[in-house]
Amino acid sequence: MTVTEEPTAAVREVGKDRRRKEDQRLITGRTRWTDNMQLTGMLHLAMVRSPYAHARITNVDMSAAQQAPGVISVLCGRDLKDHQGELPCAWPITDDQKCMAHPAVAVDRVAFAGEVVAVVAARTAAQARDAAELVDVDYEELPAVVDLKKAAADEVLAHPELGTNVSATWVFDSAEAGSGGDVEDSIRDAEVLIEREYRQQRLIPSFMEPRSTVVDPTGEQFVMWTSTQVPHILRLMLALTLGVPESKVRVIAPDVGGGFGGKLQVTPEEIITFLMARQTGKPCKWTETRSESLLSAHHGRDQWQKLTLAARRDGTVTGLKVELLADMGAYLGLVTPGVPILGAFMFNSIYKFESYRFECRNIFTNKTWTDAYRGAGRPEATFAIERLMDELAAELGRDPLELREQNWIRHDEFPFSTVAGMEYDSGNYEAATERAKELFGYDELRAEQARRRESGDRVQLGLGISTFTEMCGLAPSRVLGALSYGAGGWEHASVRMLPSGKVEVITGSSAHGQGHETAWSQIVADQLGVPFDDVEVLHGDTQISPRGLDTYGSRSLVVGGQAVVMAAKKVIEKAKPLAAHVLEANVDDLEFSDGRFTVRGAGADQEGLGLAGLALRVFAAHDLPDGMEPSLDADATFDPVNFSFPHGTHLCAMEVDTETGETTMRSYVCVDDIGNVVNPLIVDGQVHGGLVQGIAQALWEEAVYDDQGTLVSGSFVDYTLPTSADTISFVTDRTVSPATSNDLGAKGVGEAGCIASTPAVVNAIVDAVRPMGVQDITMPCTPERVWRAIHGGGRGGATEESAMPHFEEDAPNQDNPGTEGGQL
Amino acid sequence: MIPVEFDYAAPATVQEAVALLAEHGDDAKVLAGGQSLLPVLRMRLNAPGVVVDISGIEELKGITDEGDAIRIGAGATYQDVLDSPLVSEHLRLLHQAVSEVADPQIRHRGTLCGALAHADPAGDVGAPVLALDGRMVIRGTAGERTVGAEEFFVDIFETAIGDGELLTAVVIPKHTGWGSHYAKFVRVSHQWAIVGVAAAVRAEGGTIAEAKVGLTNMGSRPLRAAAVEQALAGQPATEEALGAICARVGEGTDPPSDLNGQADYRRHVAGVLARRAVLAAAGG
Amino acid sequence: MTRISVRVDGVTYSDEVEPRTLLVHYLRESLGKTGTVVGCDTSNCGACTVHLDGRSVKSCNVLAVQADGHEVTTIEGLADGETLTPLQEAFRDCHALQCGYCTPGMIMQATDLLRENPSPDEAYVRQHMEGNLCRCTGYHNIVKAVLQAAGATATGGEQA
Repeated sequence: MTVTEEPTAAVREVGKDRRRKEDQRLITGRTRWTDNMQLTGMLHLAMVRSPYAHARITNVDMSAAQQAPGVISVLCGRDLKDHQGELPCAWPITDDQKCMAHPAVAVDRVAFAGEVVAVVAARTAAQARDAAELVDVDYEELPAVVDLKKAAADEVLAHPELGTNVSATWVFDSAEAGSGGDVEDSIRDAEVLIEREYRQQRLIPSFMEPRSTVVDPTGEQFVMWTSTQVPHILRLMLALTLGVPESKVRVIAPDVGGGFGGKLQVTPEEIITFLMARQTGKPCKWTETRSESLLSAHHGRDQWQKLTLAARRDGTVTGLKVELLADMGAYLGLVTPGVPILGAFMFNSIYKFESYRFECRNIFTNKTWTDAYRGAGRPEATFAIERLMDELAAELGRDPLELREQNWIRHDEFPFSTVAGMEYDSGNYEAATERAKELFGYDELRAEQARRRESGDRVQLGLGISTFTEMCGLAPSRVLGALSYGAGGWEHASVRMLPSGKVEVITGSSAHGQGHETAWSQIVADQLGVPFDDVEVLHGDTQISPRGLDTYGSRSLVVGGQAVVMAAKKVIEKAKPLAAHVLEANVDDLEFSDGRFTVRGAGADQEGLGLAGLALRVFAAHDLPDGMEPSLDADATFDPVNFSFPHGTHLCAMEVDTETGETTMRSYVCVDDIGNVVNPLIVDGQVHGGLVQGIAQALWEEAVYDDQGTLVSGSFVDYTLPTSADTISFVTDRTVSPATSNDLGAKGVGEAGCIASTPAVVNAIVDAVRPMGVQDITMPCTPERVWRAIHGGGRGGATEESAMPHFEEDAPNQDNPGTEGGQL
Repeated sequence: MIPVEFDYAAPATVQEAVALLAEHGDDAKVLAGGQSLLPVLRMRLNAPGVVVDISGIEELKGITDEGDAIRIGAGATYQDVLDSPLVSEHLRLLHQAVSEVADPQIRHRGTLCGALAHADPAGDVGAPVLALDGRMVIRGTAGERTVGAEEFFVDIFETAIGDGELLTAVVIPKHTGWGSHYAKFVRVSHQWAIVGVAAAVRAEGGTIAEAKVGLTNMGSRPLRAAAVEQALAGQPATEEALGAICARVGEGTDPPSDLNGQADYRRHVAGVLARRAVLAAAGG
Repeated sequence: MTRISVRVDGVTYSDEVEPRTLLVHYLRESLGKTGTVVGCDTSNCGACTVHLDGRSVKSCNVLAVQADGHEVTTIEGLADGETLTPLQEAFRDCHALQCGYCTPGMIMQATDLLRENPSPDEAYVRQHMEGNLCRCTGYHNIVKAVLQAAGATATGGEQA
């Protein structure tokens, strides 16, 4: 047996920009995407989807499809209604939340265009697609409600039997919670009121790997390979939904090509593939097309935000009132109702407001259902407050950064209890902002802006600011319980010491691009003093990693990584008695560092005992201390006591061609504080990717429906993702205020860029054209909208009805946003 | 997605190709580079019975000098056009427009003539070919005919190519020494043109002697801005002189209204792009 | 069915295919070249990019029958055994991939780009990678990797 040479005093791995372990396979095409799976006798599925947003299914004629070449089975809702159960919603936000049963295959009614009405299994994917077109479905169209505001008025019902489109109303009030005053008092006493209504357009997560599911029913367990972020949650939900013992289901998330919240779901297609495999007794595969994905995988955002900010003339903000309408789409997905609630605690952001009220109405429409998308609730909150702070600064004629500083929590005020009831553990907004200003050249750019304004330059320059914080690292189980979420927020890890000295780390986190294999290896290498390359990280298979709550909400490192730390510490504790036994020392006299046990006071030249050697001794088990079990392996489950609160200052410069409305990003600087960093290379990558997704919300992306409820932006031709040619290189830097909620001192980073960047971009564009009378431009800020805003079209027009700029005619500080613009 | 089943034929000569097209009529589709056809087939928007692949026909390949014109065969890819010294020297406007088509992978495969035959009004090559007075060479079983670009483009996805006919080449008069610019307006770079303006200018001193202007996606087919061209002749190449003339480039056009822009906005943008393109072409 | 003979990553294959079979499906399903993936159905994303006779093409936009008699190189045919190409090395070194789904297409397109222009600047790289979508990286490190492989550095922003 070969035993790896034990390490000598090692340089710490944590903090190093290690190149990723994952990459060798990925850059040579040696991959295991779900769609790569081919099993003997495997059948291929094709879905038949409703073209109507709302219709009764009067008949499904499958006879022609059943006769088509290669077809093995065709099933519709009628056939499945007693077996398919209902897709789960794990987050009933109120006791009286209204929920519509969501069958995987519609039985007698469809509630959005794209809902599955039948499924074909055939010997090849082409045959399945050919046959699916032969399924003849008769529909009787029903009135559909597409627009969110119209839906809130309850005139047309998405689900007539519910009697209303309002699923739930959820309120947080600082006066009721005891975390602050009554916002109505602040509004009554305000010297300045800023009232705005903002639209969070509907977005599509657009992970690059289309979803795919394979189910093999031929063994003792049903084995499902699927492109999911949540194999553990999915396994439990499959069991609960289908009445199959959980122990008979194994879920594997092999290589998964991105998620961004979009694969945090229990999908109809996963249920359908399972049912078809069970019915035919053959392995079945379903892989979606991109158009199918855009149509039927859950969407994100889609809110109207009605906002009232109360302030004094000196710039002190006294209160914030938030009234939201949130579009659920046709059904409640796994965490759909909770997404806007994740924003409820973040509208006050980094500021010290005296009072705060948040009220959200969750509304059903006949559109694809919404659910988590990168940031989930927090980008919306950040957008609202960061836009409002700019508006207040403009109203008062103040520099927007300086106004923010006047209101934010100073670094010597941490820990700080916010008006929304959160306890921020650490941060330093001054430091991040100072660094960002320096890197950005803030003062120089302001001077250039003034020059361009003065000369009436056709291309105007705008500077956008976003000083954000977010709550992530989901989540303390007790908090989730208090918010009525159906599960906890812990994470699990195991460390297995192999006889050869190699280490296997099992994590309940389920990476799909985040680089956990590399980062976890760095953590364990430091904890156990073993070489980075000797650590193998295993994940994403419920048979290998039986316990876990998976990857979303910037939780993997701060919750899952901490579980790994704890498991590694347990290994050392377990090894201690054996080390003492071998070294003939007292356990209390042992020290462990750089992977070796030494005896305190025995001198610097002692050889000590390495963990690898101990692992081999435990394997042999010939000479263990009395009572010691022959294993060093350890498990740990970590449940955080608090969220983590990364923050940062993002500065964006945009050029606006006032003649065409075209916008061009000139520079983007962000200085993030995400606590201690395990791998700066990976962190920068997460930030870059998040930035572009947030920028894309500001500039390019929107899921648009027509009045009939048909998705108009249903392919990558119309759902306009940015390319390398549309984006720029970013300047990133960090300040460090370690988190206190985990041993690593780390805060989450996965969502930060996406949360922060959207308002920075929109603020910059509005800043560029504010002298032309523009106060807002609806997202995405297309050239046409920018042009119309400049030339007197308010916010540039909307895909929806334009919003009223003011709520009450006699409210103070009335000013008419944008409609009087037009001078060039 | 996977196309509906079809038969495949790969004729070796134009004569064989034309015979196949005549035999199958509108049940046949011509495949050259396939960069427009394959997406249509994959989305099952069209289901021809026969696909006639002309990419192996030697006589369709090549870009040749015909004295006062350049002939670009139906087998020539966009990349062939970009790589051609003849095009660079004599048809600068076409070169610029082709470099804006889709992305490099598409340009490696797609053909100029294929795009002309596809006749998508948002495509980048119709406007410059129209502006440069290109002529289409069409072959049928009855023989060959030549059609000017004005008559060639009939409507959206509709050309003068009849059933059983094949576009074998486009012949474009040389515009040696002309200044040119293709201005393409998009929201993201891989999009079809929201609006495009193709301008070629023969300048004498600081004055526009002659101008040719084509418009992309300003109607159901590529358009020629004839009135603007006439008004431009004799004008000094300055922003002041050109602005008012070019602003009228959208007059009488009927552009689409869609996610990327309403018709009035497109007309406005066309005016701005026309001024910029003509100025750039005139060296201003 | 139509018989085709295609050389893929140095090996000649002869198969009967349906004319409607896309090259990408032939590569993945018949030849097991699963390194090449499908990301969209409108030839926007470029994930399926391979080289056909040495030039980058989107293999979802080519019929398998069109590859008859031609030579295809996929991501699996780039490295020489364990020896990666400079571009593959640069992708790893610059952290130019996260989930890795777009990576084969990115590398194949960037390989073609550098063959066309061995000394590109950032603007050239950004323009010529426009046919490949990535959702993870924001393109920052992809652009950096292509420039690094070319021996150049990004002119724009950077880690401060």
